[in-house]
Amino acid sequence: MRASAPWFAPRVAVPRNRARWLTLASFLLPLLVWSAVSYLPFVWHPVIDIDEPGDVSYFRAGMLVERDQFLIESDKVAAAGGALPTGTRANPVYLPAPHQVATAFYTSFTEAPTRSSELWLHQSLWNSIQVIFWGFTLSSLIGVPLGILCGTFGTFSRLQEPFVEFFRYLPAPAFGALAVAILGIHDAPKIAIIFIGTFFQQVLVIANTTRKLDVPLLEAAMTLGARRLHLLFKVVVPGILPDLYRDQRILLGWAWTYLIVAELIGTSSGITWFITQQARYRNFDNVFAAIMMIGIIGLITDMALARLGKRLFPWDSSKDREYA
Amino acid sequence: MSELRLPSYLDQSPAVRERFEALKRRETVLEVKGLSKVFQSNGKTVAALKDIDFKVHRREFVTVIGPSGCGKSTLIRILAGLESASDGQVLLDGQPVHGPGPDRGMVFQSYTLFPWLTVKKNVMFGLLAQGQSGFTAEREARQWIELVGLDKFIDAYPNQLSGGMKQRVAIARALANKPRILLMDEPFGALDAQTRCKMQSYLLEIWRNIDITALFITHDLDEAVLLADRILVLKAHPGEVQELIEVPVPRPRHANQLMTPEFLATRQRLDDLIHPPDAEGEEDTNLKMVRLTRVGDDVEVQA
Repeated sequence: MRASAPWFAPRVAVPRNRARWLTLASFLLPLLVWSAVSYLPFVWHPVIDIDEPGDVSYFRAGMLVERDQFLIESDKVAAAGGALPTGTRANPVYLPAPHQVATAFYTSFTEAPTRSSELWLHQSLWNSIQVIFWGFTLSSLIGVPLGILCGTFGTFSRLQEPFVEFFRYLPAPAFGALAVAILGIHDAPKIAIIFIGTFFQQVLVIANTTRKLDVPLLEAAMTLGARRLHLLFKVVVPGILPDLYRDQRILLGWAWTYLIVAELIGTSSGITWFITQQARYRNFDNVFAAIMMIGIIGLITDMALARLGKRLFPWDSSKDREYA
Repeated sequence: MSELRLPSYLDQSPAVRERFEALKRRETVLEVKGLSKVFQSNGKTVAALKDIDFKVHRREFVTVIGPSGCGKSTLIRILAGLESASDGQVLLDGQPVHGPGPDRGMVFQSYTLFPWLTVKKNVMFGLLAQGQSGFTAEREARQWIELVGLDKFIDAYPNQLSGGMKQRVAIARALANKPRILLMDEPFGALDAQTRCKMQSYLLEIWRNIDITALFITHDLDEAVLLADRILVLKAHPGEVQELIEVPVPRPRHANQLMTPEFLATRQRLDDLIHPPDAEGEEDTNLKMVRLTRVGDDVEVQA
């Protein structure tokens, strides 16, 4: 019999087959916990879903009542000799069960929104994706070259980085009101918030990545006759490209985290508008579906980018996250 | 020490003496005049190199050796233009050099092939940097890669090559620029003994067939003797020229000369210069050992 690979050997790659099961399990475990909380009445279920109000004056069928409250009222009615209320244990309205969220997820793509003023989930999402795209692209167009320059030339580093370092501590949402005043109430200020949230980190992260390039590579290039621009474009840029790509992937995730705040300023829009709207109507199944949608989009984008990275940089030997 | 009688390293056979006479008549490629280098560290001034003077003639092979801290790496970096001298001059074909340039090829101890370029593109790098067209650069690169025997790996990335192969590509890449002198900073230092031995004969073979002058830094005594026409011996604190030895071992060189009297005599001389008895700053190797074996369990003397 072949000895199975050890489960807890430090820094040893997990066998392929097992890795697949573990990846599946990493999603199944939280789902299992959620299902247990949703479907097993003894796990939590702190409220009672009223079936028959009985003689309690303010109970209505379908009403959710705290368990203590229900017991007190039942006792009172029993003492008075009236009809007892009946009900089943349930979870609060803000924690829908997996199947409810799954249904909401499905119907959000198949059934038109109940109110004519509302957007479909995918329309809201598309709006959000556009905001992210422009915010991140604009930030990258300036931030990446600036970061590379800072990492390569001490002059740029001294001239830029102290201010950038200062600015990155200013929370991007703090500029919300200012952005609206300058850029109006539609998408422009939202893009600006994502830009502010990403750009300053981006310059510093990419400057650091650039500084990690092996100095002997630069020296070798110089002894081969390479001068300034040639050095920058033929050694520095290709030398850091795989790491720069990895940084961009992480920074894109960063941009998503600013999305919700960005979309709340001015006229709220996109996925955030959808989420707040649905929460207002207490359609928490829709809220969960929308939040999960963000996660799914993020995960899929990152996996696709990781795969693409392997294609683009065949010489890159540094280890990537294992699921890629 | 066995009582082996060695000739003096200064004794040269007539053929060897004649060769050195001929070498000295060749034009000077590299001349170093009164070169000094001081570093500032924590407010203290440290002299790394002091008044270095020497000449290298065309197609001569000079090795530089010295104890650690003698500034041999600093010397070659100044010659390559990667560091500046505090005083003195470096002349290449009589012209002072400033900064790095393709006329002085350099092979580093660490692997410096560009990992994102294939072997072919690595060798083409210098040619393209100097404005050659892609077509001619590729043609020339092919020739140099063939010369170092790596035509099968022409499209491989550096991470697919062994250490020895990487250094062969690095040599080809430096030579492709047709430098006046090839500077090598312990290029085989990171290789295992066997590969190192092979690389030495490769290098001698290349040097024999190409119009190239070589300056080679090493800390390996055998390597210094085997490769060199002359050995520049430095001493440490500050780095000064201790002696410039003319190696009396006849050419062509081969690894089986390692045990010849001339070789051993030269090697012995290097050893005396670099590791003098009771040298200051040498690590104390007289360990104060406590015996932890059973009494009488002696592995050196049979009871």
